[in-house]
Amino acid sequence: MKQNIIIDVAGLTKKFGNFTAVDNISFQVKEGEIFGFLGANGAGKTTAMQMLIGLTKKTSGQATVAGYDIHTQSEKIKKNIGYMSQKFSLYEDLKVWENIRLFGGIYGMKDKDIAEKTDQLLNRLDFEGKRNTLVKSLPLGWKQKLAFSVAIFHSPKIVFLDEPTGGVDPATRRQFWEMIYQAAEDNITVFATTHYMDEAEYCDRVSIMVDGRIDALDTPAQLKAEYKAADMDEVFRKLARKAERD
Amino acid sequence: MKQFFAFVKKEFYHISRDKRTMLILLGMPVVQILIFGFAINMEVQNIRVAIYEPQADVYTQDIRARVEANPYFIPQATPHSIHEVNEMLRKGEIDIALVFPNDFHNSLVNGGAAQVQIIADSSDPNIGTISTNYLRAIIGEQQMEWMELQQIPYHIDVTSKLHYNPEMRSAYTFVPGIMGLVLMIICAIMTSISIVREKEMGTMEVLLASPLNSTTILLSKTIPYLALSFINLATILVLSVFVLKVPIVGNLFLLLFISVLFIFLSLSLGLLISTVAQTQVVAMLISGIGLMMPVLILSGMIFPINNMPNFLQWFSALVPARWYIIAVKKVMIQGLGFMAVAKEIGIMIAMIVVIVTLSIRNIKTRLE
Amino acid sequence: MKTLKYLVEKEFKQIWRNPMIPKMIVFYPILVLLIFPWAINFEVKNIKVNIVDQSRSTYSQRLTNKIDASAYFILNDITDSYESSMKDMENDRCDIILVIPPSFDEHLVKEQKADISIVANAVNTTQGLLGSNYLTEIINDFASDLRYEIKPILKVQQAQSLEIVPRYRYNETLDYKTFMLPAFIVLMITLICGILPSLNVVLEKEIGTIHQMNTTPVTKFNFILAKVIPYWIIGIIILTISIFMVWIIYGLFPSGSIIALYLASVIFIVGVTALGIVISNYSDTLQQSMFVVLFFILIIILLSGMFTPVSSMPVWAQTIAYVNPLTHFIEIMRLIYLKANTIADLLPQMGILIAFAVVFNGWAVLSYKKSN
Repeated sequence: MKQNIIIDVAGLTKKFGNFTAVDNISFQVKEGEIFGFLGANGAGKTTAMQMLIGLTKKTSGQATVAGYDIHTQSEKIKKNIGYMSQKFSLYEDLKVWENIRLFGGIYGMKDKDIAEKTDQLLNRLDFEGKRNTLVKSLPLGWKQKLAFSVAIFHSPKIVFLDEPTGGVDPATRRQFWEMIYQAAEDNITVFATTHYMDEAEYCDRVSIMVDGRIDALDTPAQLKAEYKAADMDEVFRKLARKAERD
Repeated sequence: MKQFFAFVKKEFYHISRDKRTMLILLGMPVVQILIFGFAINMEVQNIRVAIYEPQADVYTQDIRARVEANPYFIPQATPHSIHEVNEMLRKGEIDIALVFPNDFHNSLVNGGAAQVQIIADSSDPNIGTISTNYLRAIIGEQQMEWMELQQIPYHIDVTSKLHYNPEMRSAYTFVPGIMGLVLMIICAIMTSISIVREKEMGTMEVLLASPLNSTTILLSKTIPYLALSFINLATILVLSVFVLKVPIVGNLFLLLFISVLFIFLSLSLGLLISTVAQTQVVAMLISGIGLMMPVLILSGMIFPINNMPNFLQWFSALVPARWYIIAVKKVMIQGLGFMAVAKEIGIMIAMIVVIVTLSIRNIKTRLE
Repeated sequence: MKTLKYLVEKEFKQIWRNPMIPKMIVFYPILVLLIFPWAINFEVKNIKVNIVDQSRSTYSQRLTNKIDASAYFILNDITDSYESSMKDMENDRCDIILVIPPSFDEHLVKEQKADISIVANAVNTTQGLLGSNYLTEIINDFASDLRYEIKPILKVQQAQSLEIVPRYRYNETLDYKTFMLPAFIVLMITLICGILPSLNVVLEKEIGTIHQMNTTPVTKFNFILAKVIPYWIIGIIILTISIFMVWIIYGLFPSGSIIALYLASVIFIVGVTALGIVISNYSDTLQQSMFVVLFFILIIILLSGMFTPVSSMPVWAQTIAYVNPLTHFIEIMRLIYLKANTIADLLPQMGILIAFAVVFNGWAVLSYKKSN
């Protein structure tokens, strides 16, 4: 099956003064793929992601997301993506259904569709009893599952996940990845940063950033073979040894 | 102790990184001193007056000349009818009008008594009554002059002396008020917000889990603001002495002592607010809107407490700034000694004790 | 435009669920209007006077009685000692001292002329000046009493009796509350509609939800509009509660056009809300936003003529007062409440308010950045 390129990055760079956070990175993500964007803290992955979704302006280089230029057409990109951030991104002082309704409405869905899809969603997640609960009183794992569901509620082409599973237990993380697979099956491209190396194994392809550069990019199996490593963690440690930043 | 200083350093670091807040914190007293010292003035000046004299004569002209020569009054166009006077008042073109009757000269010279009318726009009763009084005084002076020409008996010569503030500069009234307002705002708001911020961000639990006890941690959070307040205090005093030319008549150390006491009082108030408020927004609304209005209005900084009805005088007794402002006036401007401010010092100490006790009780109940 | 509905809905729910704000909107105006108007009074009365009577004569006794009878003064002490009276002044037990010299009586009888002196505490300038003026007035009155008493015939001979009749317009009872109530309404609207929005956008920055919003296709215009609309409504609620409270408690109702009053208020609210948003847009933390907004609000309040007359300010301060929207809004409120002004009378002030609202709303939208 021939797959279309949905994210195309060429020579993307971001400088803050003298500091080069993202240093001339290039890569492509294919439609329907689960793409793992790995790196140590401070390697530049969040900055790179923020350029792609229009939160930060690039310094130089080219990139298109869903066929739109990140520099000139960032508002068009925003119509086609979903986003869930490291910092928890739902409104804590709104109820579960109110958060869903808000983001559905923002992406231009109709009241009727929102209501129908909300019922389905709450059903599927087994959240029916929590419909009228304020988000702040949900456990962290639930919040993150809900945040992901809200991020893909409007059926975007791509969903960007910034450290989506930070701070949750392994069982919940596994459930979370099942949801990601489900989304990928619905033909939503998944672009996720993480620093859990075991999660990297779940991705179709991963890139590993060190000091603002992409030092490796391939399928987990290929990378393990290339670096003669037992698991992704070892691959990562071998690469991270070269890092100069701390 | 070492950990304590580490905490203090961390707080200093937090504050110094936020340049804009620093600018405001250090600039606030300067701007306030300039506004209060040079712009805000309770004195009624530049009173726009119109004089209506249907039949001008020597007497009306004597009075007119005196009014027009008075620096407080700005004469406006001469109206030609009483209707015109009323219109000028309604449109707000004049603040006050002096109206002579038609037969003024006749009644004064032949009848022995005459009336003159002052019509004042008293929407602002202050301007209304004061400008009326000025006008009365001017007419009175003119009368005295007429009388003196005719050797009137039973004259009492009054010499007035305005004590403590002979040049009648309102800066004397306001400087103590600015000190109270600025120190209160900075200490109480900053402390309450910075503590609640940690609560809200969840970092407070991390601190509380450390081997230091909670009181020490809270104390360490207040120290940077204490330092900032000292800088502000110094700024205000230097500016008042050198720019506003308000001298420190009394003992500088006594003045510093009561100021430090008030700073402690404000900090503890911030602490109390932080134990009550759960979110920064709530802390700000309490300390910002909740404290600013009472300090501005009930502390006696602008409006005399003597004029308030009893229930408000009692209420104002609860406003810490009131006692501080009184004490500063006594020491800084009147040059009085310790005994004169013993009562204010006692009240401030009592307030600190009560507020700190309440805060500690609140912290304990919250932790249990 | 459809997304606006969802955003406004969200803002209302959040405000409604804040533990403080809904209560504040209702109780703050009630509390402020019940308490603060009573505090503002420049009318100087209850001046505590000490009389140092070194004469102890019939005349000094009569003068003392006359002062005691005056509504302005409260007799604190009659004493022989100037020093003890100065002590009283130091301790705030008296505000003004009248010194009647030993020879007062003698001079009056023999020379028909006497001296007397006043010492006033002028730490508070207004109080000091007015106190000494009132006392002087009473003394002059006393002197003319003596004149008429002893030589009643003089009255006719001198032909100089001039009666001054004061007439006070627009606030006949000289009630300071009448003057201040419209200003208090303005003050509350400024504080609430200025401070609350300034804490809003920056709060989303601190929590991190602003990132989420910025990755959505929501336009800047819709985002800001949804932020300000709730505060417009809050402002109007506060205004309405206030007008009602002022009417019930103080019996004061706008004598001019109520439509003009609402119109001016709406324009001002729209402007001051945008001011709050602008500050919020430029701030990184709540703390910063709060200090900046307090700083500016304090300045515009002090330089608005709310508490002290603009006409007594120096030229530079009058210039600031002139570009200060608060000055014009307060003027409008007072003109409508007290002087029965209509929209036609208020066009110049309205124009300035409109300019203020347009500038700050434009700025609010432009200064909101979806990316950095």
